[in-house]
Amino acid sequence: MNGLDYAILLITILGIAAYGTWHTRQRRTFSTFLKGSGDTHWFVIGISVMATQASAVTFLSTPGQGYVGGLGFVQFYFGMPIALIIIAAVFLPIYRKLNVITAYEYLGRRFDMKTRLLGAVVFLLQRALGAGLTIYAPAIVLSKVLNWPLSATIIGSGLIVVIYTAVGGSDAVNATQKYQIAVIFAGMVAAFVILIVNLPAGLTMSDTLTIAGAMHKLEAVNFSTNPGLRYTFWSGTIAATFHMLAYFGTDQSQVQRYLTGSSLRESRLGLMFNAVCKIPMQFFILAIGVLLFVTYQFERPPIYFDQVGWKERTAQSDTAKTHDIDARFSQAHQQERQELQAWVQARHTGDHAAEAVARSAVMVAHEQVEAVRKEARLAVDPHDKRNDTDYIFITFILDHFPHGLIGLLVASFFAAALSAKSAELNALGSATIVDFYKPVLKPNASEQHYLAASRTFTVFWGMVSITFALCLSLAENLIQAVNIVGALFYPVMLSLFVVGFFMRRIGGTAVFWGGLTAQVVVLLLFFTVPDSRLSYLWYNVIGCLVCILVSAILQPALKTPLIPSPA
Amino acid sequence: MTPKPSDESTGLPGLRTWRSVYTLVLITFAVWVVLLIALTRAFS
Repeated sequence: MNGLDYAILLITILGIAAYGTWHTRQRRTFSTFLKGSGDTHWFVIGISVMATQASAVTFLSTPGQGYVGGLGFVQFYFGMPIALIIIAAVFLPIYRKLNVITAYEYLGRRFDMKTRLLGAVVFLLQRALGAGLTIYAPAIVLSKVLNWPLSATIIGSGLIVVIYTAVGGSDAVNATQKYQIAVIFAGMVAAFVILIVNLPAGLTMSDTLTIAGAMHKLEAVNFSTNPGLRYTFWSGTIAATFHMLAYFGTDQSQVQRYLTGSSLRESRLGLMFNAVCKIPMQFFILAIGVLLFVTYQFERPPIYFDQVGWKERTAQSDTAKTHDIDARFSQAHQQERQELQAWVQARHTGDHAAEAVARSAVMVAHEQVEAVRKEARLAVDPHDKRNDTDYIFITFILDHFPHGLIGLLVASFFAAALSAKSAELNALGSATIVDFYKPVLKPNASEQHYLAASRTFTVFWGMVSITFALCLSLAENLIQAVNIVGALFYPVMLSLFVVGFFMRRIGGTAVFWGGLTAQVVVLLLFFTVPDSRLSYLWYNVIGCLVCILVSAILQPALKTPLIPSPA
Repeated sequence: MTPKPSDESTGLPGLRTWRSVYTLVLITFAVWVVLLIALTRAFS
């Protein structure tokens, strides 16, 4: 990055933060801090919901996921249109009718205080862990750009987000998200165009797709029924529907976004906007990863994309050995490139026999490259618990983008981080105040007191997430790690609401114990059953069913009086 | 001044009920899945 990039980065970020603060300067009551002013248009809600989910993690990590795993990850989003329709038709009218600030208020009115607290505790736990992960994304960018250690950039970027959120509140997040998402899309489109322009001379789009297809990067839909495979048509349409129902329907960071709508209609349209746009958007971002993959078959990539981590680790080990790995990687990559060029040439001449031979040779050469890359990963971490996929896209940006555009794209990652992180912290602060502080600790304080307490809790949760991020070492790439953390807690959150909405004869005590049992079952599955036998997405289905079943069995035995349903 | 549409009205041209909006969303989803299957089959 040069001076121009830094100037664009600073102007964009400070501009967005300043606009958010100015735009909402006269809306400073406790209610508007938490819920927004309730006059938001459907398009702003749609963008806000999209930006809250599509954090910097999405834009940084998803191309890396596409690079490594191809388009298959798009199946994770198959459940989203179905889930959003259910939320728009069932969940949303109830939330609006009851005029709740947090989703867990509904649990208190439908069941009892302990069930409301269970929902809120599970949310706080998973969202705090999730917030720790999302703080990683801007920290990775800073680490790469400034060549600073990751721990320093986690603290730096974490503090910026905490201050932004504590000062601005919910409206500031909404007011600036449309600009942030515009910056992000401009950056992603620029990345796509540069990747297409940068493809090696003579390589047609058909060649590119054929190479990507041969290396299994274009397997977008897989109909396998193996529950150990993470992303299949079935896990996407069944298990991910539960996951998305929980995330969009019960996670306060999202509920808070669409409850800011001026009417049920605006909130519904905002959700439908996401139901239509999300799959093509994720496809596009994954396609960037696939294009990156093909580009790096013709151009030598770093042996390990986290270059700061590589230098740190290899400085402590045998220098001769790391030089040897590096040299063998260059050699293997050179070999693969030659085989690829021979394959492309055979395709262009229409010699099918030569094409088949060249294709086999490419596969052998590619395996060799991957074997050396694995050696490098093991040199960095003998337990192979670290990965560098989140660094792939930022490495390409810094190496290939013109100055000015680098600044714009780095700014877009920061903008995305600000959006998602501030929405998360805002939701954590809201749930703490509305579900704990106000009803349990300080019921009759003034509005000003609650507003000040909201800001204090927002800062508190920011510090918790920064601390958590500092303790992490990621074996998964970020986008998957965020979803795995969600899947550990979402089943319980979702099942409490499903029982509340659809099983009118089940009371608070039964569902409370049902929820706790489901949480234990999900954690047991996570710690005892290998991911290769049961993918994390299925926890959502299993946990939800366990809660429903246990509640239904317990209810007749408990004989507790039922509170009339509030909606 | 045009009155604001009620919550029951979608306010969208050609899509008067929420049921029709949801159907359109599901059709769009199905089209995407079919296109992705075609892409997978074409280059596997």
